[in-house]
Amino acid sequence: MIRLENVHKAFGDNRVLQGMNLEIPQGTSMVIIGGSGTGKSVALKCILGLIKPDSGMIYVDGKDATKGDRDAFLARFGMLFQGAALFDSLPVWQNVAFRLLRGPLKRPPEYAREIAIEKLRRVGLKSDVADRFPSELSGGMQKRVGLARAIAAEPEIIFFDEPTTGLDPIMSGVINDLIREIVTEMGATAMTITHDMSSVRAIADNVAMLHGGVIQWTGPVSQMDASGDPYVEQFISGSAEGPIEAVR
Amino acid sequence: MNPLYMLGGLGRVVLSLFANFGKVSLFTVDAISHIFRPPYYPREFVVALMNIGWLSLPVVGLTAIFTGGALALQIYAGGARFNAEAVVPQIVAIGMVRELGPVLGGLMIAARVTSSIAAEIATMKVTEQIDALVTLSTHPMKYLTAPRVLAAILTVPVLVAVGDVIGIAGGYVVATQSLGFNAAVYLQNTVNFLELIDVISSLTKGAAFGLITAVMGCYYGMNSGRGAQGVGRATKSSVEAAAIMILAANFILTGVFFSV
Repeated sequence: MIRLENVHKAFGDNRVLQGMNLEIPQGTSMVIIGGSGTGKSVALKCILGLIKPDSGMIYVDGKDATKGDRDAFLARFGMLFQGAALFDSLPVWQNVAFRLLRGPLKRPPEYAREIAIEKLRRVGLKSDVADRFPSELSGGMQKRVGLARAIAAEPEIIFFDEPTTGLDPIMSGVINDLIREIVTEMGATAMTITHDMSSVRAIADNVAMLHGGVIQWTGPVSQMDASGDPYVEQFISGSAEGPIEAVR
Repeated sequence: MNPLYMLGGLGRVVLSLFANFGKVSLFTVDAISHIFRPPYYPREFVVALMNIGWLSLPVVGLTAIFTGGALALQIYAGGARFNAEAVVPQIVAIGMVRELGPVLGGLMIAARVTSSIAAEIATMKVTEQIDALVTLSTHPMKYLTAPRVLAAILTVPVLVAVGDVIGIAGGYVVATQSLGFNAAVYLQNTVNFLELIDVISSLTKGAAFGLITAVMGCYYGMNSGRGAQGVGRATKSSVEAAAIMILAANFILTGVFFSV
């Protein structure tokens, strides 16, 4: 289980997180929604330790996320970045098998390559993609390679940062279905941040609405449409009228 | 204008300079410490050796050969004013090995390597590849910085040595082909005049300039701002800082080796 308690983070005068509280039960898929610049990515990066919160506590399975063996902590996570964040200098299979080619999970290169190709197949890519470089792939293919990399070491917790941004609706649907399948299949705890409502409905068990640096509403995705929360209702309807200012 | 405002502005600049110097110093110590601490990344080290060493050879070689040739012409023309044309081989040798080889080589490497490292790492930062490295349990200082810094410290002295030889060869060609020097005498004078300390100073400067070029590229890359503008600014600042630090380090090292 992941738990955030009263997490604050500011960048200069910009107070992004102002006491964020959230619980993600083990083996469930939590989707955090909210407008651009509301701190969704910041929250995610705080959990991973990429950004240090100003105050508050973050627990993973009851342990303080900032203490203990950092490599062992990070080895439990997989992450799909918004722009895929593939390493340009490495061919696709080495991107996917990055963790398996170095460090404590190191495997022989032939074996790591086999796993990479298997994971590429899992995300719907053919084995001939393995030897290409990321710059030779389309945006959708890069996202799938990023997804394959995120699941390559079979992590317990997977984060998805805007998984469908910049993709056409068909490719978005493919990525959403893949994420749902993989999370269910692996029994992983998942946290996705997005403002794409079709992703929310496809991926989420639970939804949390982040606005003004705090979670405004959280609950099962089945209750989202009848949440009665003005922030969630405005976000779902996409209306310019409501508590969320259209001009930010 | 209120003199207090001017004084305040000056103070801010000085404080910012000291703060940056402190940050770069800490970064340098951190980078060097990661060279000696596992895990090691041999593939990245070999790639850095190729990029920094082998692929810089044409630039350094061409810079050295033209500099050596021009130096021979200048010394000959200048020496003629007081009947000292004969010192061309000695001055070309000492000028290339002690100063022009390391400094011009270092500056050319700063232009080529520092900019390339800064742009590459800054782009990685902007596209979240550095964050991705961290989430894949890989320390960016170990994976990106340590191999490049070690490769630069090892290869730039070699480049400088090769540049010294090519520069002297450039002077030799000009002196023997157009200034009428005897080839054997020219070579003899060159070899006889150079001392071991000249070569040691040249190689030491090469190692120091290698450290500066790689560290500046990595530092500005890792600390770049967002977007294309951030990458551009990081690249520009890295080359400026590397060039100034190379010239300052050259002055200090020259003082250390040759002050009387």
